[in-house]
Amino acid sequence: MSKSNVETHTLSVLVDNEPGVLARVVGLFSGRGYNIESLTVAEVAHAEHLSRITIVTSGTPEAIEQISHQLDRLVPVHTVTDLTLAGNSIERELAMVKVRGRGENRVEAMRLADAFRARVIDASTESFVFELTGRPDKIDQFVELMRPIGLVEVSRTGIAAISRGPEQM
Amino acid sequence: MMREMSGAEMVVEALKDQGVDVVFGYPGGAVLPIYDAIFHQNSVRHILVRHEQGASHAAEGYARSSGKVGVLLVTSGPGATNAVTGLTDALMDSVPLVCITGQVPTHLIGSDAFQECDTTGITRHCTKHNYLVKRIEDLPRVLHEAFYVAKAGRPGPVVIDIPKDVQFALGTYTGPKNVQHKTYQPKLKGDMDKIRQALALIAKAKKPIFYTGGGIINSGPAASALLREFVGLTGIPITSTLMGLGAYPASGKNWLGMLGMHGTYEANNAMHGCDLMIAVGARFDDRITGRLDAFSPGSTKIHIDIDPSSINKNVKVDLGIIGDCAHVLEDMVRLWRTEAMSADKGALAAWWRQIDEWRERKSLAFQNSAKKIKPQHAIQRLYELTRDRKPYITTEVGQHQMWAAQHYHFEEPNHWMTSGGLGTMGYGLPAAIGVQLAHRDALVIDIAGEASILMNMQEMSTAAQYRLPVKIFILNNEYMGMVRQWQELLHGGRYSESYSEALPDFVKLAEAYGAHGIRCSDPSKLDDAIREMIDHPGAVIFDCVVDKAENCFPMIPSGKAHNEMILAELADDAGIEIGSVIDEKGKMLV
Ligand SMILES: Cc1cc2nc3c(=O)[nH]c(=O)nc-3n(C[C@H](O)[C@H](O)[C@H](O)COP(=O)(O)OP(=O)(O)OC[C@H]3O[C@@H](n4cnc5c(N)ncnc54)[C@H](O)[C@@H]3O)c2cc1C
Ligand SMILES: Cc1ncc(C[n+]2csc(CCOP(=O)(O)OP(=O)(O)O)c2C)c(N)n1
Ligand SMILES: [Mg+2]
Repeated sequence: MSKSNVETHTLSVLVDNEPGVLARVVGLFSGRGYNIESLTVAEVAHAEHLSRITIVTSGTPEAIEQISHQLDRLVPVHTVTDLTLAGNSIERELAMVKVRGRGENRVEAMRLADAFRARVIDASTESFVFELTGRPDKIDQFVELMRPIGLVEVSRTGIAAISRGPEQM
Repeated sequence: MMREMSGAEMVVEALKDQGVDVVFGYPGGAVLPIYDAIFHQNSVRHILVRHEQGASHAAEGYARSSGKVGVLLVTSGPGATNAVTGLTDALMDSVPLVCITGQVPTHLIGSDAFQECDTTGITRHCTKHNYLVKRIEDLPRVLHEAFYVAKAGRPGPVVIDIPKDVQFALGTYTGPKNVQHKTYQPKLKGDMDKIRQALALIAKAKKPIFYTGGGIINSGPAASALLREFVGLTGIPITSTLMGLGAYPASGKNWLGMLGMHGTYEANNAMHGCDLMIAVGARFDDRITGRLDAFSPGSTKIHIDIDPSSINKNVKVDLGIIGDCAHVLEDMVRLWRTEAMSADKGALAAWWRQIDEWRERKSLAFQNSAKKIKPQHAIQRLYELTRDRKPYITTEVGQHQMWAAQHYHFEEPNHWMTSGGLGTMGYGLPAAIGVQLAHRDALVIDIAGEASILMNMQEMSTAAQYRLPVKIFILNNEYMGMVRQWQELLHGGRYSESYSEALPDFVKLAEAYGAHGIRCSDPSKLDDAIREMIDHPGAVIFDCVVDKAENCFPMIPSGKAHNEMILAELADDAGIEIGSVIDEKGKMLV
């Protein structure tokens, strides 16, 4: 398949929260050679044993259609929604960013954090841990700004997504 | 029905409730409680195979020839891993199986216990679905659900892994009633608007063709009957994949023969030149399409399939109809009749004239010989001498498999069992055993190669134990002929390791297994020898010594289009170098 028209899509997959379900989904991607750029999973309805897996993947439109069908074919999968195709989704990611430094660097880090609405969730005399929620590109940007100031490390959750408006996905 | 019983007893009870009469299996430590439960009853018959791979193919043969779910029972660790090839085979060819595996007790899982393996992990990729049952309360539901999942929608294999402590545990058994799967409910009826659109396209097509596949067989005899009716009503030519042979009768007037890599000249050219392709239960496999960008370039494509992921997977189609092909064909036939639709008869007549010209090339013809038995001739004679018995044919994998597909002609569905998707050598004998158990009085023949048959030869012992009169018809060319053919095409005829060295004496081998052995190498004695095989009441191994050099044609070389076939006459021409047919890009393909 040609690589020319590769797109990035966010798929929201509602599954039965049973043992092995994540392995099934991840194994499908590796077994068929699809990409995973981001993957998040958590239970979303305890009583019904439902989990939502949000996957960001890339491929040609045909490949992405095939990925959706292959996911839908898995027995414990309830629904697969291509949020990018639906075109009205909100995507968020949470990041924790550790920065080390003293003096002017420390002040600069705080200033930037303020501008990005990042919160300080841990501090020592020579470090901060910031918590930041937003679109992935916003987090990328924040991390890049922190790099020269004294970036130590980053932990990100991957993307969670939901559709806008009153309807279910 | 609710009753207290052990997990092992539940397994047997569920098999009874699911209407299972035969289970193929092999015992071991982790399934002993289930074997004990089998010992205590008479409604489910256990067939002891000689290797778990044999159990899996026997269950496939049973399932494919009867339309029922095939069941196998194996122990943990090596029992489960030995079954993996058959599970993968069943996944590729959409065969409904339930495979019950024993597992070490729950408290030992993960400790590298004796004969422990991660069965659900290993089989996740080669099953439609699998279960590890850790609680006795879940067992009855899982057992019934497994049968449902195996046969619903696009059929496939399902594994149920049951730890030994769960087999011993006591619980309440519930019957199959009301087992409704939460998520898995495949759509059977096609979208009526799309069906109408399809009919409109069919009515105005000038050069239409039906391209049908294993989905018709999967759907059941009703689908074949409806297909025959619809083809008859419209007068459209029809070809089928290897997996769909028999859905439309080979004697039918619209039959073009099989298509694809070793398909007929007329089928492949008609696919290439058609203006409307109606694909029904076929998955556009690479053996069919050849070079994708040159596949039937000028046609509008309709695809009827129960699995949405089959549609647009390899080939983009114009109209995809998701549903069971029997349901969709029923709607099509009904609407075609009630709305008094008709095909473009004038255009079809011209199309048939074109097809008849292609037919004139007689692409399955071969040079017969009075000295050596030609393999194609052997199959033709086998066909002529057995056709009135309506036999069930299984095959191994290789040239003999393709010659069987080309020269044995099928009139009914479910009479042709072959490993298409995975191409598993060693499939045919155990599959024949499974078929024979589903059809006790039928003539069952495994058309084999001398290399393939050795892969599951041990199953002769199973045939002996249960007095199964399977006939193994070996086209013995002393080569892994299909490999040799490709070495001629791709590697300058350097026959690296493709010679069948040190073969056993198949006649003596037959006798060693308590069967009858026949050898024939003389074309003039072939008919009598075949009659001897059919008339023998027990199992037979027939060593048919054939011309070693014969290759299987016609052939679309890999990386080529449908209209670039190699025909036998061409290949025999001294001027054509067979090794030069495939280009560098084609060599990468298999
Ligand atoms: C050595 C060798 C050579 C081969 N050469 C050829 C060749 O020349 N020609 C050839 O045809 N094959 C050949 N094959 C076989 C080939 O590899 C494939 O197995 C075969 O072509 C697939 O057949 P199919 O498309 O009918 O699909 P199947 O594998 O039978 O799949 C069935 C399709 O039908 C759908 N389906 C299932 N149930 C239903 C239902 N109820 N309603 C509607 N749809 C349903 C499924 O979703 C699937 O898409 C060869 C194999 C070997 C080993
Ligand atoms: C288990 C397995 N291993 C290897 C192959 C590759 N392979 C395909 S055909 C073939 C040769 C088969 O030889 P034989 O059974 O004698 O059949 P022939 O082609 O000679 O008719 C081989 C090795 C396969 N299909 N299956
Ligand atoms: Mg051979």
